[in-house]
Amino acid sequence: MNLFDLPENKLKELEIKAVEARKLVISTLLEAGSGHSAGPLGMADIFTAFYFHILNHNPKDPDWDDRDRLILSNGHICPIRYVSMAQSGYFPIEELKTLRKINSRLQGHPHRGALPGVETTSGPLGEGISQAIGIALSGKLDKKEFHVYCITSDGEHQEGNTWEAIMFAGKNKLENLTVVLDRNNIQIDGTTEAVMPLEPLADKYKSFNWHVIEVDGNNIMRFVDAVREARAVSEKPTIIIANTIPGMGVDFMENDFRWHGKPPNENEAKLALQELRTLQGKIESEY
Amino acid sequence: MLNPHLELNQDIFNSDVEKTPTRDGFGKGITELGDIDNNIVVLSADLTESTRADEFAKKFPERFFQVGVAEQNMAAIAAGLGVTGKTAFISSYATFSPGKNWETIRTTIAYNNANVKIAGHHSGIATGPDGATHQATEDIAITRVWPNMDVLVPCDSIEASKATIAIGKTTRPAYIRFTRDKSPIITTVKTPFEIGKMQTFWVSENPQATIFATGYMLYYALVAAKELEESNIQTLVVNVATIKPLDKVLTLTLAKQTGAFVTIEDHQVTGGLGSAIAELTSKNYPVPIEFIGLQDTFAESGDPQELRVKYKMDTQNIIEAVKKVIKRKK
Repeated sequence: MNLFDLPENKLKELEIKAVEARKLVISTLLEAGSGHSAGPLGMADIFTAFYFHILNHNPKDPDWDDRDRLILSNGHICPIRYVSMAQSGYFPIEELKTLRKINSRLQGHPHRGALPGVETTSGPLGEGISQAIGIALSGKLDKKEFHVYCITSDGEHQEGNTWEAIMFAGKNKLENLTVVLDRNNIQIDGTTEAVMPLEPLADKYKSFNWHVIEVDGNNIMRFVDAVREARAVSEKPTIIIANTIPGMGVDFMENDFRWHGKPPNENEAKLALQELRTLQGKIESEY
Repeated sequence: MLNPHLELNQDIFNSDVEKTPTRDGFGKGITELGDIDNNIVVLSADLTESTRADEFAKKFPERFFQVGVAEQNMAAIAAGLGVTGKTAFISSYATFSPGKNWETIRTTIAYNNANVKIAGHHSGIATGPDGATHQATEDIAITRVWPNMDVLVPCDSIEASKATIAIGKTTRPAYIRFTRDKSPIITTVKTPFEIGKMQTFWVSENPQATIFATGYMLYYALVAAKELEESNIQTLVVNVATIKPLDKVLTLTLAKQTGAFVTIEDHQVTGGLGSAIAELTSKNYPVPIEFIGLQDTFAESGDPQELRVKYKMDTQNIIEAVKKVIKRKK
């Protein structure tokens, strides 16, 4: 079976995992009392696909030399990374309650030195693709087979450093690098196109000598197909522009930029969990 | 007299003393490291020849990465290499790296604890005619403030080569500072070198003050000490090649022994060597200190020697500072 073949039963399993992940994001953020809601919910499907299907990794041996690397550039969506890591066995689910609290391994923005499995320290925007490039170069020098994935936000494409990195990866034909752009159209101050327009993103990447794929980032099957295509490309890095719905799965958070940077309160969390328990309307709520 | 145990250059006080820029030692150091360690990689931001990375680039093209004029990208790519088994040197002018890319280094190298060495060139007013935009005079202050980061300033091109090799053999992040202008050769290949160890280059029987100098300014400190001795003022001159971690033991021993300090650096007097020494002594054994360096001002274009005179960092200023600090002793 091809690494990326996704039979119907496995797909269903991943979809259920993603809903579970969203519930854990809500309860984790409620407990933390601060943090970002929209991005983690919007990226739950992609993180689930990575941790339970795409990545060649070993949660029991996070420093394994040949693991695929998943670099998170927009560190502020780390709650979903922590949730996926806990779900896949890097640490106990219970530990999610320590997010953003003193003496925790789960820093408000992820720190490599704090938690095994976090590949780089991130939070300040625009630095992730560059670090992923360094790791990809190292892999090539050592003739390693691992693939480097980097998750970025659309907002951080306003950082100059992001374009410095895109230029470098195109020049150096880093086919062992795949960047996933979370195109959810929102940032702290409003929509990206109002704050500082980014379009046409696909054309920009093409002109920098990247292979470009656009995909529905909340459709696990299509996303896995996109990664399969990326892995088949040679002589070019690939950008997967993943169109996601910020706040996905929680009706009152979806597509509302005000949910970019805040956590739910108790009442909002209750409403969100009720909605998620119906698997987005697919089953009846237990309430 | 020159410390007889350190195998120093005995021609140091001759008018025809050999002079080379410390950046030459960097070039030699990384090339030697490249020979002995396959994991050494070097990145340049369009300043390959000027920062002396060209020989490495020619000899090890597969381990040399040209990033173009993009210092933030250079730092973060190096961080990625540094967390994946490589020892990455990034080489540029210090005003740009670690200047322009300060936060990138803070997050991806210092906090991330990545095995990256930042080579900052064209430091100090010794950069001369290019003017204050290219004279890095705050780089020690902005690098020694980072946790996890070693900070080194070699005094001549021979020590520069040794220091480059020494940091290349550690896995810690480090900043190392070089100068553009030719400066006198003070040490020899036999002079010992160790990260974190100060060395007393000028010794005397009854020293009344200690002069701490970092980088090429050590030469002017030695000339001042010699002249002072001729007028019966005895001093010690200490080479501070490592500003972080600072050699606390020797500093405090000399505070007790001599009771007065002068610090010398081609850098702002705030935040650099002088500040590091003052922070240490004020907590443990306060002594009067005079600070030679830029006094909260930007310099300008000019010949480096003319600039040292104008900005009061010349031999004569050191002599006056020593006399003043001795008078301040209780």
